[in-house]
Amino acid sequence: MAHINVPEGVPGIRSLVMFRPESGKFLYELAQVLLRGESPLTEAERELIATYVSSRNDCMFCMSSHAAAARYLFKDNKQVVDIVLNDYQSAPISDKLKALLTIAGHVQQNGKAVTDDDIAQARKHGATDRDIHDTVLIAATFCMFNRYVDGLGSLTPTDPAAYEEMGKRLGEKGYALPAPALQN
Amino acid sequence: MAFRPETAKPLNVFAETLLRDDNSLSRGERELIATYVSALNDCFFCQNAHGGIAQHYMQCDITYIDQIKKDYESTDLSPKLKALLAIAGSVQKGGKYVTTDQVEKARALGATDVEIHDTVLIAAAFCMFNRYVDGLGTSAPQDREIYVKRGKQRAEEGYLHFDLYK
Repeated sequence: MAHINVPEGVPGIRSLVMFRPESGKFLYELAQVLLRGESPLTEAERELIATYVSSRNDCMFCMSSHAAAARYLFKDNKQVVDIVLNDYQSAPISDKLKALLTIAGHVQQNGKAVTDDDIAQARKHGATDRDIHDTVLIAATFCMFNRYVDGLGSLTPTDPAAYEEMGKRLGEKGYALPAPALQN
Repeated sequence: MAFRPETAKPLNVFAETLLRDDNSLSRGERELIATYVSALNDCFFCQNAHGGIAQHYMQCDITYIDQIKKDYESTDLSPKLKALLAIAGSVQKGGKYVTTDQVEKARALGATDVEIHDTVLIAAAFCMFNRYVDGLGTSAPQDREIYVKRGKQRAEEGYLHFDLYK
């Protein structure tokens, strides 16, 4: 049971933005700009950063839904997602992405935990200021989304099939406010 | 944020909606929640910038804001706002730290579902803003009086045209 009177049976953040579309529309807009807008990072890489931070924040709903979106976007290479969640240093991803995941992990702890050395490592492997900016903001934003979703005790489906469907929707259509919230 | 205007716009509009739009929580109360969470996250810029704005709305001095950050239970804030600050403090640690008891207590003291929702979202949002500001190592003036002076201006102008680098 959620802590507040959100629509019954609707999972995660969707139930919260249907309860409060005034703020919800900006949350969806932000997710769309960050994860689907123009960026030097691919959509799959950005979903991976979101998934990794959500996993570190132990937010089952965000972790599962963004992992599903990342798997959908990585296509034939989708096993990367689970390897990263287990141990990103051993994953078949670029050194640049590993360095960005290190930065994201430190943002998850606290902004001050990001060190000059973290930034230097990322730059050494070819990360631009834009890559670094987008990584920090995606990681910070999921520290918000994760707390929002769990802080209000929203419904977290336990059936993996439910997330697979979400991943496909997020991969194909991106972040669109649920229709009932648009009517308000 | 001047560096990425396409993300600055939704962030500014979001701050404007959360902290300034019509709400049964006053602007001062919402700025206090933002200030308190930013202090827990040890974000110098955000706790002073929003502390300065809260101080302006509440027409109090900086020692009162400091007292709230240090131990809000010992202040004369309303029991309802104290219960909401307790929820905000739990959100800062992690969403799962918010307990049913905390929510029931806030409700018993008159908090509505929308107020509880907005408290959680403001607290969560500052866990984002604080990490964004500190994670990119943005510079922040060290003189706290500057933020008190700016608080009045920000309260008058709102967040829509806010530029972190000005």
